[in-house]
Amino acid sequence: MFKLGTSLRSRVRTNNLAYYLFYLIGAISASLVLVIGIGLLIKSYPIIESHGFFNSIFSIDWYPLKSKFGLLPFLVSSCYVSLLALIISVPVCLLTAIYLIEYASKKVLNLFFPIIDILAGLPSVILGVWGVIIIVPFIRDYLAPFFGVHSTGYSILAGSIVLSIMLVPNIILVFIEILKTIPQELREASLSLGATRWETIKFVVLRKSIPGIIAGIILGLSRAFGETLAVLMVVGNVVQIPKSVFDPGYPLPALIANNYGEMLSIPLYDSALMFSALVLFAVVLFFNLVSKLFLNRLIKYLKY
Amino acid sequence: MESNIKVRNLNVFYGATQALKNINLDIPNKQITAIIGPSGCGKTTLLKCLNRLIESTDEVNVTGQVYVDGEDIYSPKTEVTHLRKKMGLLSQKPYPLPMSIFDNVAYGPRLHGTTKKNELKSIVEFYLKEANLWDEVKDRLSSPASKLSIGQQQRLCLARGLAVQPLVILGDEPTSALDPQSSAYIEQMFLKLKADYSIILVTHILRQAKRIADYIVYMYDGEIIEHGEASDVLNHPKHPKTIEYVSGVIS
Amino acid sequence: MKRKVIEEKFFLVLMIISATLIVSIIVLILTSIIIKGFSSFNLAMVSQTPKGGYYLGKEGGILNAIIGSFYIAGGATALATALGIPVVMLMNVYLKADSKVSAVLRLCFDVLWGVPSIVYGAFGFTLMIFFGLKASLIAGIIVVSILILPIIIRAIDEISQTIPEGLFHASLSLGATKLETGFKVNAKQILPGILTAVLMAFGRAIGDAASVLFTAGYSDSIPTSLTDSAATLPLTIFFQLSSPIKEVQDRAFAAVLILTIIVLCISLLSRLLTNRHNKYKI
Repeated sequence: MFKLGTSLRSRVRTNNLAYYLFYLIGAISASLVLVIGIGLLIKSYPIIESHGFFNSIFSIDWYPLKSKFGLLPFLVSSCYVSLLALIISVPVCLLTAIYLIEYASKKVLNLFFPIIDILAGLPSVILGVWGVIIIVPFIRDYLAPFFGVHSTGYSILAGSIVLSIMLVPNIILVFIEILKTIPQELREASLSLGATRWETIKFVVLRKSIPGIIAGIILGLSRAFGETLAVLMVVGNVVQIPKSVFDPGYPLPALIANNYGEMLSIPLYDSALMFSALVLFAVVLFFNLVSKLFLNRLIKYLKY
Repeated sequence: MESNIKVRNLNVFYGATQALKNINLDIPNKQITAIIGPSGCGKTTLLKCLNRLIESTDEVNVTGQVYVDGEDIYSPKTEVTHLRKKMGLLSQKPYPLPMSIFDNVAYGPRLHGTTKKNELKSIVEFYLKEANLWDEVKDRLSSPASKLSIGQQQRLCLARGLAVQPLVILGDEPTSALDPQSSAYIEQMFLKLKADYSIILVTHILRQAKRIADYIVYMYDGEIIEHGEASDVLNHPKHPKTIEYVSGVIS
Repeated sequence: MKRKVIEEKFFLVLMIISATLIVSIIVLILTSIIIKGFSSFNLAMVSQTPKGGYYLGKEGGILNAIIGSFYIAGGATALATALGIPVVMLMNVYLKADSKVSAVLRLCFDVLWGVPSIVYGAFGFTLMIFFGLKASLIAGIIVVSILILPIIIRAIDEISQTIPEGLFHASLSLGATKLETGFKVNAKQILPGILTAVLMAFGRAIGDAASVLFTAGYSDSIPTSLTDSAATLPLTIFFQLSSPIKEVQDRAFAAVLILTIIVLCISLLSRLLTNRHNKYKI
């Protein structure tokens, strides 16, 4: 017989040490959620203390030199851009997802996914550049004149279009995941009752997927709200409450990105920017949490 | 009857349901013990208690004692890694490790401190021969284990298990995924191996138990209904449930 | 009956239009930026650092940004992988499948994945001020690694869950500890998946601008130490595109081209990895 060495004790010790170390790393990295939230809260406390929470959020006056830090124009711009982007993106994504899952052949799928992957991997700054060289001139020279308005092209609409393209991979993949979890038997049951394919989709598949579709949209909204550079480059960055989609806007992330360098010289400016980061963080956290919990529960419910 | 494995008052709960009810059992040394019974009766659960793999199941609670070599394996002092080295496992489906044939067999010895190339070579050859696989794989030891047929994979798993020099071989329906030819191979090997190892075999094939078992444990609904010498239990079952099972009324 | 058929046809056409629209927009984006990039590109751009300032100097290239980007993305990916793999091990090897701790960790990382990079950038900047650091290569690496850590963790975690339990048990039964099983068996089983996740994280790291905006600084020279400030491709694009000088703008378009090629290569490479059969996988 062969003799085996005995280093058991040290191997077990290494194993246990690794466990505690891994636990520590896991706990620290997961607690970043809290650390970021608390850090931002501490930094934004001065502005909340001196101007009040709701006054800062709901005031439209943004004059840092006069110590007026109303975030409303930025919030409104963010909402405009995000919602418009979703309005453009969601129907197209939903139709495409249905097509891919219910109708398309394997060959089409194998062609489609790598292309979506490329879009998902494109850095937002590149989409921003594309927006500057294609979308902005298009709006300035064709779309705005067509509606009889004058626009520089740098507008809410340009931001929404670029953003809607960025959202496509996210939204489409959630939709596809939802449609895939609908059991095949359900479709077969409906088809065998004499329903056409489209009727099955309309009355059975979509109906079952509605909560998931909503979760996907909320997730898209949270992505949209936080997207910075691509939107910043085409949206115009004018502090105002935009009145039409051809007007420039100034979303919250752009505010932070554009002003961070110079903020230290003006009192309370940095606190105001941190407060906007906190608002952004809170909004995204909320949307994310809601849609994740919603989605997880739904997938479980559909599976069993 | 000599026994190095003694189970005392063993109870297992999965959440609220009780999977094993007050099990008391001595496993005879160097014999083939077959645990039989209808599916869901707790055979596999009992087997998993013997090497504490049961602990990786969700929401499980184990009470009672299992003594291996006089040491309670559920006492906090017992090192589970050490225990598992003693209890070789052959699972339902072969799970070769994601590495070459050679590395599969050398995996255990390497972990336990054998690193010399020559030594490993002779260990691998020895155990592959022991598992009746050497002639089929000796020319392709460095090819991935996943390339082998299922039957070959199961024999590889056996060689791999033997190479860490266990005291006991636990077989969890080890032939259920195999073709008849490979199953026969495994059965023959068990008959050969019982000279050196105690073998505990969970099986749902009554004929398999009849062919190779020396000792039979019949379980039903988490309880041991009857246990004893194979000839006694199979030919003269006492309990009505055992009679039903052995005669094929229930399966 | 007829109305039903027409309705189905109508929606089918809409669906095909949608799918085609998505594909053609992606193709349009790629072709327009690649054409624009090539027409602005010359070899000096990738072999020289900017001469006379990145914003106004007509001469020179973007070598500083290319190198800076690889330093930051490479460093951040290495750091995030080194921290991420232990966390995945914890969730998939040490803890049971239904562990509450794992569930909480997963939720946290899902949430962190969704946090916008500008928030990481702003948060990182306050940390830097707190610790008295200036914008530098190391600060950029740390902030970007925080940005991609949840991506690495959740991506590898997803694939880890496909490892059959029996394989894990087989290794434990041979007397391997959980740690040994994790590194020698589990990691080997999903190696291509791990590499894909790491590549994906690298792609995210090299393309992200908002997180390095305040943390890595910007410099016309190639960083020589961790405390130097470092230029990156995304910021090169962002800053130089708004320059009034055509040569500088051209450098931005060249940077777009290079960044696009890098992310395309990453996409291609990860696809190859996923498709390539892992010969040892069982």
